[in-house]
Amino acid sequence: MSWSWVFKMAWRDSRSNRRKLFLYMAAIIVGVAAQVAITSFRENLNKSISDQSKELLGADLEVERNAPFQPELLAYLDSISSEQSKMLAFSSMVLFPETGTTRLSQISAMEDGFPFYGHIQTNPAEASDTYLDEFGALVDEAILLQLGLSPGDSVKVGYVTYPIIGAIQDIPGQSMATSVFGPRVLIPLKDVENTGLLERGSRLEHKLYLTYPEGTEPKVIEERLDAMNDSLDFRFDDIAERQQEVGEAVSNLASFLNLIGFIALLLGGIGIASSIFVYIRQKIATVAVLRCVGASSRQAMAIYLIQAGSMGFIGAALGALLGALVQLYLPVLVQDFIPVDIELFISWTSIFTGLFTGVLISIVFALFPLMAIRKISPLFTLRSAEVNLSKLMSLLTRVILYGVITLAVTGYAWIMLGELIAAIIFTFGLGVCLLLLAGFSVLVMKGARKFIPIGWSYEWRQGLSNLYRPNNQTSTLLLTFGLGVTLISSLYLSQDMLLSTIDFEGQDDLPNLALFDIQYDQNDGVNKIIRDNGLEIIQNVPIVTMRIQSVKNISVDKILQDTSRAARRWALTREYRSTYRDSLVDTETLEEGEFIGSVSDLSVPVPISMSSDLLEDLNVALGDTIVWDIQGIPISSYISSTRTVNWQTPQPNFFVVFPTGVLEPAPQFFATTLNTPSKESSLDIQQQIVQAYPNVSAIDVGQIINTVREFLGRITFVIQFIGLFSIITGLIVLAGSATTSRYQRIREAVLLRTLGAKQRQVVRIQVIEYVFLGILASLIGLTLSVGTSVLLGKFYFEIDFTPGFTILATEVVLLVLLVLTIGLLNTRGIHKKPPLEVLRAENI
Amino acid sequence: MSNILQVNNLTREFKSGSKILTVVNDISFGIEEGTSCAIVGPSGSGKTTLLGLCAGLDRPSSGEVILQNIKLNPLSEDERASVRNKHVGFVFQTFQLVPTLTALENVMVPLELRGEATKDVRKRAVQLLEEVGLGDRTHHYPTQLSGGEQQRVAIARAFINEPKILFADEPTGNLDTETGDHVEELIFDLNQKEHTTLILVTHDLELAEKCDRIIKIKNGLVDSDITKEKASVTK
Ligand SMILES: Nc1ncnc2c1ncn2[C@@H]1O[C@H](COP(=O)(O)OP(=O)(O)OP(=O)(O)O)[C@@H](O)[C@H]1O
Ligand SMILES: [Mg+2]
Repeated sequence: MSWSWVFKMAWRDSRSNRRKLFLYMAAIIVGVAAQVAITSFRENLNKSISDQSKELLGADLEVERNAPFQPELLAYLDSISSEQSKMLAFSSMVLFPETGTTRLSQISAMEDGFPFYGHIQTNPAEASDTYLDEFGALVDEAILLQLGLSPGDSVKVGYVTYPIIGAIQDIPGQSMATSVFGPRVLIPLKDVENTGLLERGSRLEHKLYLTYPEGTEPKVIEERLDAMNDSLDFRFDDIAERQQEVGEAVSNLASFLNLIGFIALLLGGIGIASSIFVYIRQKIATVAVLRCVGASSRQAMAIYLIQAGSMGFIGAALGALLGALVQLYLPVLVQDFIPVDIELFISWTSIFTGLFTGVLISIVFALFPLMAIRKISPLFTLRSAEVNLSKLMSLLTRVILYGVITLAVTGYAWIMLGELIAAIIFTFGLGVCLLLLAGFSVLVMKGARKFIPIGWSYEWRQGLSNLYRPNNQTSTLLLTFGLGVTLISSLYLSQDMLLSTIDFEGQDDLPNLALFDIQYDQNDGVNKIIRDNGLEIIQNVPIVTMRIQSVKNISVDKILQDTSRAARRWALTREYRSTYRDSLVDTETLEEGEFIGSVSDLSVPVPISMSSDLLEDLNVALGDTIVWDIQGIPISSYISSTRTVNWQTPQPNFFVVFPTGVLEPAPQFFATTLNTPSKESSLDIQQQIVQAYPNVSAIDVGQIINTVREFLGRITFVIQFIGLFSIITGLIVLAGSATTSRYQRIREAVLLRTLGAKQRQVVRIQVIEYVFLGILASLIGLTLSVGTSVLLGKFYFEIDFTPGFTILATEVVLLVLLVLTIGLLNTRGIHKKPPLEVLRAENI
Repeated sequence: MSNILQVNNLTREFKSGSKILTVVNDISFGIEEGTSCAIVGPSGSGKTTLLGLCAGLDRPSSGEVILQNIKLNPLSEDERASVRNKHVGFVFQTFQLVPTLTALENVMVPLELRGEATKDVRKRAVQLLEEVGLGDRTHHYPTQLSGGEQQRVAIARAFINEPKILFADEPTGNLDTETGDHVEELIFDLNQKEHTTLILVTHDLELAEKCDRIIKIKNGLVDSDITKEKASVTK
């Protein structure tokens, strides 16, 4: 037996089918391209992160506290290194006098030194070196562009007006996305108290950056700081930890993208399987002849295995190349979210992985039809038979094949996700989707066969019966296109779902402007400005800051020392901003107990109402006692009621609500919400208030929504970009399967024309078939995606979700048009080819 | 003289639903080496089925086939394929060329399968194509050839492995009379030149007359078996 003959035969036999084979290959090309692009991008990222690990922090150690550092901490830090740089971070409204615009900004008051590693990139470049000496400010480039400002203009922070020296392009360790929470403004730490913002309510973040002298052992410092942290309550971060945090975040994103890319590859696999099925069906006669003249069943199978394998290999190689090119574009997409500059290099591991997966997928999926070849009998030369390839295989073979495919998919998902359970869930979900799609296509075919009314016109009956006739495209199309649609549409719907929860625009009764940090003596003034503008105050609530001293008569310090405690550190140590009032508001509902609105006797514990979200984190229940430290004065309380709070509304919500009659004498400030009729009036009133009271912060809901929408938009764009690969693969598979049946379609059309059908009738038959398939594929895909999104919403985002029907309708129309275009492109040439040539050709 | 093909009590049944259809019913005969034999009979009488069994393309329900002193029954599909490759040639009613191979490549397949040196194989294939009158069509694909031309390529392929026995199932059935005559002539000529045994299924009585022996099948049974004088065959 000659194996060289097998190779020769595989080569020769492929000659006249290359164009067809290329289409199958294209599916692999795109799938592998997505894989390679993503995995090598991930490698690039990981390498960039470890290369730039020092720049991630800008220093060797960062210590943070929301109060001044204690002397003992400072003494220890001084003992580590003398190379230190202090920073004071807070948020505050700033005013750009040139345009009169105000904006809630993230202010960092800086000292020489930071960043010790890396460089603050500014425009002009030297601005970051000079702004401290020139006593000026650096401001985020985005806001400057947005307002049409440039260096030379000024920014007013509190009472001080700083000249803008440069535009911030990049700060080591921060991604562009940081500015979602407000533009960044850097000013000198020196004389920062002149702004008047330090003592008036703003929450200050004290930071200290250090470098380690040569030979320092970071582990030792880490342990020592951990020990001090128990009593001193601060936070710290060093390079190793930061690198790990960033790395984890990045690899989560990458695994997710990878999975989407993998789905593209799987679609390609399914495409390959179905294309090879049709392909092998056309090769039955050839195989029978070869068997007749003495080829063994293994040789016959090997011919097509070689074709599938080389197709997979060439496809994977081209895909890897394409992937390497796409990779060049990915950083542009995600740079904004990632706090390092991404270095580009070719990752050979990911290219080889891509090659390997590509070949493996094409072989594993081709195995199904290929195994059937071994059962093609030489007897078919004497009696041409319409054989059902999959029925040629024994049940056992089929079960084994499905097993192999399932294992391969799960294994790969495991590698991608790093978790077996998740991989199994993924495979299972995919399997369920495929089963539903396959079941649906069987239903469609059965239905078409059974229910086509004889009374319908010839074109309708022909077009619909094309759905079930031999070599039909129904299952291939529904499977590949349906899955692609499911995936992409789920992405769209999830995005829509997330946006809908924060979209308060158009809900006129809700406040759209919130003012915070209004001091006790400023409250009347602010309210007056609002009323003078003819606007209505929706809420004007007092806020008292406090900390927990003890829970159930055990001091917080004691609780924290208990390593087996159930309560969370943040809940015990955070600064609570509580309010007092005599009733619940409409964003709250009473859950347990009784809401007591006012008290007069201060000698007994005060009844408070607690948000039920907090109960578990504080490990308390109805009736438990809590002693609060309200700026030095202890006030004891018990939980008299619990409330559910709808946190998603744009007004001040509170973990803890006190009754009236207790907190009135305590130092307090106010938050006010109001509804402004237009964007202009909102900007106008913000400006008036900030000019009178610079420490008051305004949160413009409309603007936040815009920022969040933009941010989500960018993330979804990345996901869609990768998801696009699935759609493209789906389209290619679709075109591939359409081409496979092209000859048959053309032949039928020519026969019909020979028998006297008009060209219009022939076209109409095909339009009916493709429109029908398009509608079915998009409907089933959309249905599945709605299902997926509802499940996602319910179990993951915890949002009740109603899909936007306009989105769905638009999708249906687009998809149907797409399928129709492909279908008609595919049958082009019907009308040009002379019937004789078509009838004669056995292979188109 | 020994029999190159011996058929003993051959039976082939098909199950269709609950009914059992006996298409070849307990047939026995032997064919001497170097002779030619026609199998004739009405349509549906079981000729093609019998031929398939003799050539080892199908398995009998009972009985045995001995080809070139090899019992086919115990052999696996692949072992029988190898027997066919060494000893058997085929010509079919529907030509059965591989559409993706050129005329020359189609002819070369059986020898290439054995792994023989390409150069010699090619030489012999070209020579055979010249003998069937297609020396100038070697690089054409089947779709570019007429039916008669395709059948001539099939004949060249059938003879390339110098088979001991050639099975032909209505080789002229799809051709017009004149082309059919030409193809017939080729088969008989080559048969004589290569000293091949010929088993020919046909409807064409004139064609059957040219064979040394005519076996007539009816309803799966041998209806008559006539061996003619040598003289009348050689003319
Ligand atoms: N796989 C099968 N299953 C059921 N019946 C079969 C099968 N193959 C052949 N038959 C039946 O066996 C009978 C003989 O068929 P066969 O093809 O051998 O006839 P034939 O003599 O070659 O006829 P023709 O001259 O028309 O070619 C026919 O009635 C046919 O329907
Ligand atoms: Mg027959």
